[in-house]
Formats: sequence, C-alpha cells, structure tokens
Amino acid sequence: MNIIKTLSQNKVAMVGFAVLVMLILVAVLGPYVYEGTPWKMVQRPFIPPFENSSYLLGTDILGRDVLAGLIYGTRISLLVSFVSTVIALLIGIPLGAYAGYFGGWVDEVLMRFTEIFQTVPSFALAIVLVAIFEPSVYSITGAIALVSWPPVARLVRGEFLRLRNQEYVLAAKLNGQSNRNIILKEILPNSLSPIIVLASLMVATAILLESSLAFLGLGDPEIMSWGYMIGSSRTVIRQAWWLSFIPGVAIAVTVLALNLLGEGLNDALNPKLSGKRES
Amino acid sequence: MSIKILLYIAGRAVKGLLVLLVIAVFNFFLIRAAPGDPAQVMAGEAGATDEVFLQQLREQFGLDQPLYYQLWVYINNMLHFDMGITYRQQMPVFDLIMDRMPATLLLTGAAFVLSLLLGVLAGVVAAAKHRKWPDSAITVAALVFYATPLFWLAMMASLLFSVYLDWLPSFGMQTVGEDFAGWDKVRDIGIHLVLPAATLGLFFTAVYARMTRTSMIETSRLDFVKTAKAKGMKPSRVLYRHVLRNALLPVVTLAGLQAGQLIGGAVLTETVFAWPGIGRLMFDALFQRDYNLLLGVFFISSAMVVLFNLITDVIYCVVDPRIEL
Repeated sequence: MNIIKTLSQNKVAMVGFAVLVMLILVAVLGPYVYEGTPWKMVQRPFIPPFENSSYLLGTDILGRDVLAGLIYGTRISLLVSFVSTVIALLIGIPLGAYAGYFGGWVDEVLMRFTEIFQTVPSFALAIVLVAIFEPSVYSITGAIALVSWPPVARLVRGEFLRLRNQEYVLAAKLNGQSNRNIILKEILPNSLSPIIVLASLMVATAILLESSLAFLGLGDPEIMSWGYMIGSSRTVIRQAWWLSFIPGVAIAVTVLALNLLGEGLNDALNPKLSGKRES
Repeated sequence: MSIKILLYIAGRAVKGLLVLLVIAVFNFFLIRAAPGDPAQVMAGEAGATDEVFLQQLREQFGLDQPLYYQLWVYINNMLHFDMGITYRQQMPVFDLIMDRMPATLLLTGAAFVLSLLLGVLAGVVAAAKHRKWPDSAITVAALVFYATPLFWLAMMASLLFSVYLDWLPSFGMQTVGEDFAGWDKVRDIGIHLVLPAATLGLFFTAVYARMTRTSMIETSRLDFVKTAKAKGMKPSRVLYRHVLRNALLPVVTLAGLQAGQLIGGAVLTETVFAWPGIGRLMFDALFQRDYNLLLGVFFISSAMVVLFNLITDVIYCVVDPRIEL
C-alpha cells in the first residue's frame, strides 16, 4: 500500500502511467473502433495530416490510413515487448537464482554462459536470428527475449547472493524446507522489487528493438508496425516527412512513458537507492 | 606484479577466444536450423539458383559429409579466416568485411569519443547545478534522447540539417565524383562523418549524462568530500579533483561495456546514411538474403567486441592499480 501511495505522489511517474494506460486502451479497443485492416488503400496517397477529416493523420505512399497504422502498430509494439520481457524473465530469473543460491561450480558455469550472451552484440544477434528463422511475431518475440535476459540473470544472482545467508533463509533451511521452496517462497519474493523495475525498463528497450528490426525490413509481413511505417516511408522523406515523423513520435512517447514509470517505481521501491530523497 | 598482470590478460584473451569459438559453433548450427538446404541458405537469394556455385559451397563446407566432420571443416575454415564467398560480389566474405571495417571503426570511434565527452560534460554541469534549471534541462533532454529510436533520430537529423538547412551531406562517406587528396580528403570525410557520428552518439550521450549526474551526486555525499569541504577547499576544486575523479569510474566501466551496442547502432545509422561500413553490409546481406555474409558480419562484429573488451581490461590494469586481478 505504501508503495502505491509513494508512487501515486510522483507526478512524473503518474504521467508515464497514464500514457501507458491510454496506449493499452488504444491497443485493446482500437481495432474495434477501426475495423478492417491497416493495409487497405483508402484514399489517394500522400494526403498530409489534418487535411481530410475522415483520415485525420493523412495517407501513406500507397494511400493507406496512417492513423489506422498507428493504432495497429500500438498493438504489436506492446504485445511483442511485454511477451518478450516475460520470456526473458522466465529465462533470467531461474538462471540467476540457481547461480546465486548454489554458488560454486553451478554459479561458475551459469555465469560463463551468461557472459557469452553479454559479449555478443545483441542487436546483431537479434537480426541474425530473425533473418534466419524468417520474420514473424514468434521469431521477433523470441529473438528479443533471447538477447534481453542476461541483465535479469545477473541482477537476480546478485540478489540471491546477498540474501542467501540472511537469518530467515537459514531458519528455513534448519526447518528442513526444500531448496526449491526456499528459492521460490523465501528469497524470490524479497528480491522482486528490483526485478520489477528492471522489467519495466526492459519493456521499453524491447519496443525500441522491435521497431528497429521492423525498420530494417525484419517485421512480420502480415502485421503493421511503427518501425515498418518509418522504414517504408524512408525513401519519400523529402516529399512527405510526416510519414516517418509521426510513427517515430509514437515510439518515443511510449518508451518515454515506460522509462518514467520505471524510474518512479525505482524511487518508490528502493527509496534508499534513489538519490533523490535527500538534500 | 607485472607477471600477474600478463597472466590476467592472457587469461582474458583465452576467455575471449572461447567466446568466439562458441559463436562460431552457434553460427554453424544456425545455418542448419534454417529451413531448406544449407547450401541454398548460405548462397542467399541471388546465388540459390546457380548450381555451380551451390556445388562449390557444398565442397568448401563439406555439406555432403557427416555433421561432426562439417563442424570440423567449418571451424578449421574460420581459423584460417575463410568464411566462404558471397555470390553477388564474387569476393571472399572476410575480405569484403575487412574492406568495410575502417569506415565502421571511424564511425563508432567518433561516436564513442563524442558521446563520452559530451555525456560526462552534461552530467557534470547537471550535478554542479543540482536542482537548478540547467539540471532540469539536461535531465529532460537526456530522458528524451534515451527514449528516441536511433534510426528515426538519424532520419530527422538528415531531414533538418541536410534537406532543409543544407549544411551537411547525409549520404555516403565521400563526395561522389570528387577525387580529393590529402587534407581535402580528410575534410570531406569529416563533413560526411558529422551527422552519422552525432546521431549514433546521441543515445550514448544521454546514457553517460544520466550516469555521470547520478554518480557525481552520490559521490559528493561521501565523507572524504565533506572533509575536503571542511578543510576550506574551493568548491570548484572539490568538484573536479575529488568528486569527478571518483564519480567517473562507473561511467568508464559502463563505457567499456558499450562496444556491442555501438556496433548494433551502427547497423541502423549506416543504413540511414549509406555509410559504407559493416553495418551497411549487414543490411545489404539481409536485403539479398545472403546468410553467409550475414553470419560473417555477425562473427566479426562479435570478435571486435571481444577485442575491445580486452583492450579495456589492459587499460584498466594500467590506469587503476587498485583493481583486483
């Protein structure tokens, strides 16, 4: 309760939260308001924004409705970034937990493994994975998850190293609780707050990754996305700058909202670390 | 002491080589995991119909042999810097990549130096004016650039500075049709470098600025800073001699880890600005579905990161004797 109260007093974080809620509403309800597909050619191409009242943001190179594209793009951006973050957490948390809890050679092996993934240039790896397994929602989500988990593993490992010798953990051990129980029920709940903060920032990074892949032509060919909209209007930037400008603003606003919320969460959950409290 | 350092560096080098070996094995299996005949996958869109070329690939990589033998051939080839030939350019993949390497090194190097200088400067100003307007302005700017997609920023910069203002070129590395030499050439490349390096560096500038600011504010609350102030030292001297020097350590550590991200960013910037480096090569390989070339670029860029990390390790050992080996 206290956390929610602190968070709700943080105006900047609340702005981020409000924007995010709005975007989720757009993603969920948008397609019901805007029926049909964003691929349909509805009018002549290159109508500038605010000129035609039925196509508020104008039309693109092929006469498709830009606003419809934006709405459907919200959906895929949020979906891919949330799901890939969840998968990355599902990889990173167990790895980090085992490494930190057991230590010794388990830690050594798991951390060497993590290091390899950390060394490899992650965007290049994502490109290679999506290209070879053919661009689809699944390959894109999987690739983003696969390049995003190492920081989770490192963070969780650190938390487990810190907490594994605390008295309540030792008490649980003496009680004869199984390792699995101690990891899941004793230590993990106590290391959740930094994981939540990291996850909110990971969603933001995932949105940037997804849009960058789509920009390079590695988007799902069936699905309209912000990155694709920018990439496909790159060649006409001199005639119609707004076609690349508008989706870029959408990406920046979304990522910014997530970052603000993430920082607010960080301040609320780790007041000692925030650096904003004193002086 | 020095033997200890040498041993440490040798250990890091061996580790780096192991990482590269793992990546090579990963590439090997990746090609075979892709749908279709490996030779056709490797050959890419353009070469997949040329039976002679496919046969050449099959022989070179032993694709009709058992898997373990193929792996051996592949690793052996890699050890000899042999990554096969690209169909379109009819050139060894390795030579093609090395051809493009200087442009990428120039771009990423310039972006790295620029972002570190600007970022630390902005962070110092923000921390020195903590809670006054310069702090807010820098914090907001850093937040915005941190959230802006790199490729979009690159396009908007070229739109503004190249199309509308006509101050800077936004295409290629040298003026087409001109054959400059000496300083004229350096100047020409320099002008072409401004936009790509600035946009690639801006994201990292934001990262360093935020980090330097936080680190400075945290360091300035430590006891030794209070002591220095209590001794009656001039505030500016405390700031630069005591706070900044200690606050920079995490920033430098972070900067050392950012090589991989710079390379990834270079793919986007080079694509937007038609900068003839390995990032652009990666985009072309994507476009032509030339997976052999794609994996080659991936491998070499990983090797660059490993090398860069090794260099940072060496610099650390020399600069900060406190670091535990």
